[in-house]
Amino acid sequence: MEYKAPIESYPGVVREVTIGKGNKAIKLGGENILPLHFFDEGSRPNAPKFALELWDMKPEDWPEWGIEPFKDVISDPVAWGKKCESYGADAVCLRLVSTDPSVKDSPPEQAAEIAKKVAEAINVPLIVYGSADADKDAQVLPKVASSCSGMNLLLGPVLKENYEVVAKVALDHGHTLIAQTPVDINLLKELNVRLSKFCPLDRVVIDPLSSALGYGFEYTFSLMERVKQAGVIFKDEMTQMPIIADLGTECWKTREAKESKEQALIWEGVTALSFLLAGANVLVLRHPDTLNLIREITGGNGK
Amino acid sequence: MPLSGTQIAKLLPNKKGCRECGFPTCFAFAMKLASGGTTLDKCPYLTPEAKAQLEEGLAPLMKLVTVGTGVNKLEIGDEEVVYRHEKTYKHPTGIAILISDKEEEAKVEEKVRKVMELQFTWIGLTLKADLVALQFESGDRSRFLALVKKVIALADLPLMLICEDTDLLFEAYGICADRRPLLYPITEKNIDAVIPKIKERPTPIVVRADGVAQLVPLTAKLKEEKIEEVVLDPGSKNIFDAIRDQTFIRRAAIKQEFRALGYPTVVFPCFLAEGGIKEAVVASAFIIKFAGIIVLSDFDRFSLFPLLVERLNIYTDPRIPMAVEAKVYEVGTPDEYSPVLVTSNWALTYFLVSTQIANSKVSAWLAVTESEGLGPLTAWAAGKFNGDVIAKLFKQTEIANMVKHKKLVIPGKCARIKGETEEALGFEWEAVVGPNEAGGIPAWLPGFAKQVKEGAAKA
Repeated sequence: MEYKAPIESYPGVVREVTIGKGNKAIKLGGENILPLHFFDEGSRPNAPKFALELWDMKPEDWPEWGIEPFKDVISDPVAWGKKCESYGADAVCLRLVSTDPSVKDSPPEQAAEIAKKVAEAINVPLIVYGSADADKDAQVLPKVASSCSGMNLLLGPVLKENYEVVAKVALDHGHTLIAQTPVDINLLKELNVRLSKFCPLDRVVIDPLSSALGYGFEYTFSLMERVKQAGVIFKDEMTQMPIIADLGTECWKTREAKESKEQALIWEGVTALSFLLAGANVLVLRHPDTLNLIREITGGNGK
Repeated sequence: MPLSGTQIAKLLPNKKGCRECGFPTCFAFAMKLASGGTTLDKCPYLTPEAKAQLEEGLAPLMKLVTVGTGVNKLEIGDEEVVYRHEKTYKHPTGIAILISDKEEEAKVEEKVRKVMELQFTWIGLTLKADLVALQFESGDRSRFLALVKKVIALADLPLMLICEDTDLLFEAYGICADRRPLLYPITEKNIDAVIPKIKERPTPIVVRADGVAQLVPLTAKLKEEKIEEVVLDPGSKNIFDAIRDQTFIRRAAIKQEFRALGYPTVVFPCFLAEGGIKEAVVASAFIIKFAGIIVLSDFDRFSLFPLLVERLNIYTDPRIPMAVEAKVYEVGTPDEYSPVLVTSNWALTYFLVSTQIANSKVSAWLAVTESEGLGPLTAWAAGKFNGDVIAKLFKQTEIANMVKHKKLVIPGKCARIKGETEEALGFEWEAVVGPNEAGGIPAWLPGFAKQVKEGAAKA
């Protein structure tokens, strides 16, 4: 029997989504090939992008090795955003933790103000995550959308409970949406179908909800793998959006990340590389060392 | 896929009605063969052609290879799918530590101890590394042989012997042949000399070539000699090549049913990266990308543990929600004034809730219901998380006697079961609605705990 290299080709293409505006803009997705399958037929016009996150308030439960790279800017979101950029992030992710009703319940206006200042201060696109409290986000995210009008933020999470309120306003102000559903391919497609009624699908990025290694990691991993395959192998239009893996916060809140710096970095690194292999197009990380490591492993010549 | 029952039936004698196999008809026998419930030798009337065809057709798409003996033996291979969402991966990647004969005695002992002693408990399972890979690097033959002797005296672990000098490799094998070590490498150059030695004293071997295609003539030659305890090393030079080679081998074995590549593989993160955090993260890619064994230059508890957890996660059954035992768990060191929280028994829910309780720095009792491994909201929709289920758990456990208060916390998203829960518990308990998400626990729980404690003290 003769061996023939099992090279595959794919009929589907992931939509190319642009976030940020003007010379700050970057592109996500656009591939018609499985992740890092450079040996198959197809291409990946845009390499995966890496964002570093910052919080809108001083975090209290981060281990010292999580704070260390940001210790001089940890109370100043604008300086923190610039710091993320200086570490080589392709995008900066502002997490509006303080708006959570169970944290500080800070007002939407304050969040909108901070988002605007951070977005203006940095030269890379801004990703903004609300608290994922559907009701509060329905107040916060529209305000953020309008204060940052025209800047093409990547904004979310847009949930099935609040998409009607959030998505419309966000689109009117020229932003791109993060459509988030809880680790289920059918719910994910259902939300995208609903959004597709009034929203161009190249303005949507999928967030299938990331879990850290050991804390539901395998559900996220397999879901991302299935979503990507549904898009590029089976041409399912409702899964052909770029995928965001918002994993930094999840990894760093585990007790393992708080045990040792080495373990924290490997925990985040393994989670990140795994999701990249599963099909993530943009990863939100916390530690700049993880960003450099994953970029080094996946970006260069494979050495 | 291997042959189906119907395909097998066509190759059986079919006319005799002999029942010598123990089944009423050839068709029944065929169906049982297809499901692996019986063996071909039960039929005495097979033609030699049919027998050969059936043996080939019934063989697994990928060979099972066993390294070592006894309780510590490592089984790899026998995989049936490419992606984990298709069907459960069967034999978790073996994790090896590399020991060079250039290393000092103390270092050798330390590394062997790490494989034996670095064990972790995780959801009731014990996680640990699997084997030691001994490498000839010093140029001093006696040093390598001494290393092998030393390690077999220290531990009853599966061994891999890595030695480019074939004579020395087999001399070392002679020392530990009863351990069934994995010999590395068998190549185009030494294969003819090696075949008679392996036939004389069988043990698993790694076939190495410069690329996937170049492995094929070597495994074909071994198969002719009935040597099939084989592991593949396509000699990948960097991470991208390794992902390609591992993917090609798995696809060829499973999708093309190309038996010459139907063997497990070994990957060397120790040579693809330069140690430390990078090597651990690179290794993690090959727990996903199909490796039967990964060889690490070294590890400590903080680099090994994430890989063990990843391996467990990747090799769990993707179709069954992971469940934890329904019972009352202690988070921290709870006492009779500590809060009682109730949730369902999906492992993810349990992890998140217990982690967030720990993060809140409050000790608590976490009562986990029998909800068929579903999350609280899904379980509620399926009728597996409600007042009756909670009442049943309270009846079966001692929780009522463990605390001096009568407040239990239900998940915020299941607020609607408050009334029925209190009713099912005979209105003895107050069901308090907790945060919507586990993430809300650290902010909420300390205040509530204080309230519970003060209330109980007053009463």
